[in-house]
Amino acid sequence: MRVAVVGAGPAGVRAVERLVAAGVSPVWIDEAPDGGGRIYQRPPPGLMRDARLLYGFEAKRATAVHDALDALKPKVDWRPETLVWHIRPEARTLHTLSRGRQADVAYDAAILCTGAMDRVIPVPGWARPGVTTLGAAQIALKTQGCGIGRRVAFLGTGPLLWLVAYQYAKAGADVVAVLDTTPFATKLRAAPGLLLGGMTFAKGLYYTAWLRRRGIRIAEGATPIAIDGGDENGVTGIAWRDAAGREQHIACDAVGMGWGLKPEAQLADLARVPFSHDPLQANWVPVRDGAGRTPVAGIYLAGDGAGIGGAEVAEIAGARAALALLQDAGERIDPIETVTLDRRLASQARFRAALERAFPFPAHLARDLADDTLLCRCEGLRVGELRAAARAEAATGPAPEVNRAKAFTRIGMGRCQGRVCGAAAAEVLAAELDCDVAAIGRLRGQPPVKPIPIPAPVDTP
Amino acid sequence: MTTDCDVLIQGGGGAGCSAALHLAQRGVRVILLERGLVGSQASGVNYGGVRQQGRHPAELPIARRSREIWGRLKDIAGTDAEFVVTGHLKLARNDAEEADLVAYLDVARQHDLPLRMVGRNAIHQDYPWLGPRVVAGSFAPEDGSANPRLLSPALANAARAAGADIREHAEVVAHAHDGARFHLRTANGAAFTAPVLVNTAGFWGGQVAEAFGEPVPVEPLNPNMLVTEPIRYFIEPNLGVVGGNVYLRQIPRGNVIIGGGRGESDPAVPWSRPLPEVSVRAMERAVEIVPAIAGAQVIRSWSGIDGGMPDHIPVIGPSRTTPGLFHAFGFSGHGFQLGPAIGALMTELVLDGRTDIPLDAFRIDRFGTTAT
Repeated sequence: MRVAVVGAGPAGVRAVERLVAAGVSPVWIDEAPDGGGRIYQRPPPGLMRDARLLYGFEAKRATAVHDALDALKPKVDWRPETLVWHIRPEARTLHTLSRGRQADVAYDAAILCTGAMDRVIPVPGWARPGVTTLGAAQIALKTQGCGIGRRVAFLGTGPLLWLVAYQYAKAGADVVAVLDTTPFATKLRAAPGLLLGGMTFAKGLYYTAWLRRRGIRIAEGATPIAIDGGDENGVTGIAWRDAAGREQHIACDAVGMGWGLKPEAQLADLARVPFSHDPLQANWVPVRDGAGRTPVAGIYLAGDGAGIGGAEVAEIAGARAALALLQDAGERIDPIETVTLDRRLASQARFRAALERAFPFPAHLARDLADDTLLCRCEGLRVGELRAAARAEAATGPAPEVNRAKAFTRIGMGRCQGRVCGAAAAEVLAAELDCDVAAIGRLRGQPPVKPIPIPAPVDTP
Repeated sequence: MTTDCDVLIQGGGGAGCSAALHLAQRGVRVILLERGLVGSQASGVNYGGVRQQGRHPAELPIARRSREIWGRLKDIAGTDAEFVVTGHLKLARNDAEEADLVAYLDVARQHDLPLRMVGRNAIHQDYPWLGPRVVAGSFAPEDGSANPRLLSPALANAARAAGADIREHAEVVAHAHDGARFHLRTANGAAFTAPVLVNTAGFWGGQVAEAFGEPVPVEPLNPNMLVTEPIRYFIEPNLGVVGGNVYLRQIPRGNVIIGGGRGESDPAVPWSRPLPEVSVRAMERAVEIVPAIAGAQVIRSWSGIDGGMPDHIPVIGPSRTTPGLFHAFGFSGHGFQLGPAIGALMTELVLDGRTDIPLDAFRIDRFGTTAT
């Protein structure tokens, strides 16, 4: 049986580990040079940093995942620095590109562990140099040992906001402010559910308390006004409205921002896995069963690419998807093992739901954006242009949706293919058309999953 | 309840929307039924070539007429659909292909199509960015390109403004003719009747024809399209090659659009997608013609579903089985430029019973498959 695993983050590592234990040696493909996923992304060779410094409380988990990864490499067909840019489920083939070389990988079954990326809401000034996502800010720290600026403000909501702020302050960066757009009361209401998270919840409380003790300026229920600065010099400050409605400002030279995560599910989309809108996550997620099976024969999903669950869930889900694959292939599976994993997944899901309620996606921030705010950075499209197109469309035809808006306005047509602007654009459209965001639909995926270069001509001397 | 009108149109691509516009302008009560959204398939996802040179001689009179409408599009449809007259440069990569270009000069002359040869010396002087394998070209100064995403919706809006009823998400699931009138039913249960039916349903036009006893050998044709990120603007003319295995153009904002080969599809869904190996081959052929695009990032690829005929020209004209039925489908991958004129000449066929453009080459019964 030819098995392929895409992704070497926590889900991919545990999936491959379980496959290898059953005597299956998959082709294992990852974009990064040395695996680990975004959460446990490793520094390049030569940059020696202590795991505890890089990953904080997560050091033990990170080290365990890395050790498992390194031990598995010789037992599989390990292909790092390789992008899967297309999949054809009809032909059961992955199309990959590695250092300029195309290669096809045939599979009978594939586990896609493609991870997540930050969910972003535009803010006036967000395209200035010095503004990154929370995830990018964290990756700069983890893999390069450098920060996104000297005086850094963090904006957004969710556990990552507090974690990254903590990690920056701990690493010696001057964190000038943590601006959480979620009001304190919302989090308080979700507190009983959050207790289900045990250690994860405790860590969150610890980061917040630690930052407060350091005297770092903290705002909850903040509404961003603008990131100030110039296109040349980059960020000079950030302005927001506090929970009491007062305008506030602080000087900084970098801003990290993000509002939770969204699945990087383009490959599942190209594999023709159907999607459904999850109102709690406020994300489109690929359809799968609890074990990671999809309606597409031979395609299994695990980790954040199958719906946001976090790294701990990803490890369990990776192993669970591998078991499902083995079971479907006729292998004998220990029922105790699957039951245990299912139970752990169920318990994590309850905590996850509470977390989503504690840090809900603030759709109103996107819906209330001023017309002149830049919405799609790739195509230079402003919020007002999308609204105008939506209005024109609503007047003439039924069922306006995001792909039609794409055709008219170029939203999501650029280099990122809507991965950055898609969530906010859908909210802007839904607000303008006065309908549920699920009715707006999602941007259709097209190959390549990420840009691929035109090769040099063969006959050029 | 059955909705009654003068003319029903099935299929909201460029041809159908243009027909709705032209018919409505002459005071006809017209309803257009489109399965998805207007311009979703071949008309909306194609390369965007507004090209006359290289066409089958029988198509040239339609292409000439359409080019005239393209020039007035802004007045007609409220947008020029980003139509730009950049000229079209068709390239030869060897002696045989060059001979092909020379031979076509006569065809062009017969149809008053401006076309000039760019010889072996001039081609690399005039276009220094062309690769060494290019040996000659022929240049059609009136040709250019437009944005396919914009044409059909713009024509549909203009048709609405003129009084046409454009219905999207209206898939026709049943066809009948009672000897005098057509009766169509859509998937959501709506019923329509009219004495005239215009079939501009692209690949699915074959199913409409079959429903009235005149099947044709139409196959799904899926153009394989790619676009790069914006790079420095330097490719002014729309580029093609003899044989047509690659074509590319650059828009002033910098993106390079590359076509070549065929993707895959399932018309029943409908669903279409480019094929990876075809995309890679198109990149290789494109970079051979314009080496400077090497390294540019391809950010997206796509396909759609057109109707391909065995002789690569469409079916246009009246039905041979059913009075009041008029066909225009199976444009075989090059209908985008023709769409505006098709609407005009279908209107003439329907209302005047004749058009000045010779249509004999496009007869539906040319395949010998019509029931008798």
